[in-house]
Amino acid sequence: MSWLETLRTAYDAIRTRRMRSALTMLGILIGIAAVMLTVGLGQGAQQQVASQIDKLGSNLLIVSPGSTTSLTGVRGGRGSATTLTTADAVMLADPSVAPDVKAVAPTSTTQASLTADGTNWTTSVVGTTPSWPEVRARTLSSGRFFTAEELADAQTEAVLGQTTAQELFGARDPVGQQVSIGSQPFTVIGVLATVGSTVGGDQDDQAVVPATTYADVVSPGAGTSVSSIYLEAAGQDVLSAAYQEADNALLTSHGVSATDADFTLSSQQSIVQTATSTSRTLTVLLGGIAAISLLVGGIGVMNIMLVSVTERIREIGLRKALGATPRVIRRQFLTEASLLGLAGGVLGLLLGVLGAAFLPSLIGQPVTVSTVAAVAAIAISVVIGVVAGVYPASRAARLSPIDALRSE
Amino acid sequence: MTEEPAYALFPDTEAQRAPSSAPEVPREPILRLTDVGKTYRSGSLTVEALRGVTLTVDEGDFVAIMGPSGSGKSTLMHILGCLDVPTTGAYRLAGEDVSAMRESQLADVRNRRIGFVFQQFNLLATMSAWRNVELPLVYAGLSRPERKARALASLARVGLADRVDHRPGELSGGQQQRVSVARALVTDPQLLLADEPTGNLDSASTEDVLALFDELNDQGRTIVIITHEQDVADRAHRSVQIRDGRFIDAAAVHTRVGSGR
Repeated sequence: MSWLETLRTAYDAIRTRRMRSALTMLGILIGIAAVMLTVGLGQGAQQQVASQIDKLGSNLLIVSPGSTTSLTGVRGGRGSATTLTTADAVMLADPSVAPDVKAVAPTSTTQASLTADGTNWTTSVVGTTPSWPEVRARTLSSGRFFTAEELADAQTEAVLGQTTAQELFGARDPVGQQVSIGSQPFTVIGVLATVGSTVGGDQDDQAVVPATTYADVVSPGAGTSVSSIYLEAAGQDVLSAAYQEADNALLTSHGVSATDADFTLSSQQSIVQTATSTSRTLTVLLGGIAAISLLVGGIGVMNIMLVSVTERIREIGLRKALGATPRVIRRQFLTEASLLGLAGGVLGLLLGVLGAAFLPSLIGQPVTVSTVAAVAAIAISVVIGVVAGVYPASRAARLSPIDALRSE
Repeated sequence: MTEEPAYALFPDTEAQRAPSSAPEVPREPILRLTDVGKTYRSGSLTVEALRGVTLTVDEGDFVAIMGPSGSGKSTLMHILGCLDVPTTGAYRLAGEDVSAMRESQLADVRNRRIGFVFQQFNLLATMSAWRNVELPLVYAGLSRPERKARALASLARVGLADRVDHRPGELSGGQQQRVSVARALVTDPQLLLADEPTGNLDSASTEDVLALFDELNDQGRTIVIITHEQDVADRAHRSVQIRDGRFIDAAAVHTRVGSGR
């Protein structure tokens, strides 16, 4: 009996029991769609996180202050140390110290209230250097960034994020306007182009001022310490070299060994990994639940195939009497089960793709359906069909034609 | 199918047998059972369903096997039909020893050599008449166009050319049994094995089916029919009685002389 004939017989058997076949497929369908959507949701979330981190800047390394232990034994958390200073930033900017570091931007951040024409808005104020736009991969939508001279002169100039500008000035052009940070008036010289939210918060809601001005008037108590230093490596290929150079330079200048380093150096890569590990855990968990529903669907196929064998016992007996070998009978039932699985898988895939198209607008989360996932879904559903069919098929194959024909 | 009419008409007469069987090459009978026994075991219980049955059926013969229920005639039918193998003794079907064959080999023998007609018809309700008839050819591995052509020819042979697309439920009992005869004939088997073929039919349909058997036998088809009805057995050339797993009254087997038509 040819494969084509086996397929035709299996198709006939499925078609003549439409309702039951449809319900059996439904189990696989729901399982496949559920797995595809949860995995797609997880992948979408990971891609979102990755793209957000990309917005932080390319080839970025971040130095943050380490944990502290005071002389009296009071221990502070990570970032509490004030060991990172502008001097470190100057040193790292020196090409002879770290040749693979292209640009350095020390930053200090604090929350402050901004006022303009009686409107006030509380946001983060960032004190940094002119290399900040390059390192953080930011552009300006209007105006300009402050220069090295203005930094040296501690000019009271501010560059606003899109949201901040909107909140303070509405539709008016903020460039050239006055804004007060605390009680000190600043001139707005530029507005940053929008990038949206990243893992570090809303990047469009901030005011950037020269580091010198920041230390003088915004946060006078901080002295020369900074909250982090952003480094841009010269390229993707020298990122790890830049990491090593910066790490060694800081260890040497701080006079500490690697085990009790008073700073943390992290790469974009490590931030992505930390951020995605959470969503990955969630994906695995949800995917696991969806996989269980797929398993239940598979058990449904097996159950129906067993019922089918019992119900068609006379037909099996007749087919055997007419010359079907046990092998042919086994193949017929296996084909039937895998066809059920395949059909459920294809329909589940369609539902998954449909869901991936409509779900994001409902839940505001991207859902990614990859070709790999689609192919895997089909393959898995066929495998489930085959596995679920093995036992019923071998039971059918083992039936004696006499007993099968005799049964009523 | 009509190449040996003399035989079919007078199969049991020595005179007619002589011309076509060459003296130096004796023809192998279609069916030769030698001292066949069948024992069923279920737990500690042993049932001897057949106790040494010997039977020879020549080509073109029409034999009725009669016996009440529990006599072993069903067991004998299963062995004749290669649905089961004997515990002891030998069974040769068309020159082939089938008594020690594996299940897949038996399936092949059933497909090629035996056409079954069952009391319950055993037609697949979801398939049309011609799809039912082509079924044995599916397992013989024939192409679809060839199967259809042969199925239609076989249905025409039993007088159902105008019912090929009907499902079993749309046919009368007699018509259904004729479909199953068409299915039995479609592989052109050496042996037509009928198990109570008229058991579920009214008298008109019974006559219908039995006339068809007569006709097929007249054309040289070898038929073995299992029945408990005397008037069905009377249509055969000879009949054998089975009781308690043995043939009885072997000397006095009923022999029909000449054509009953």
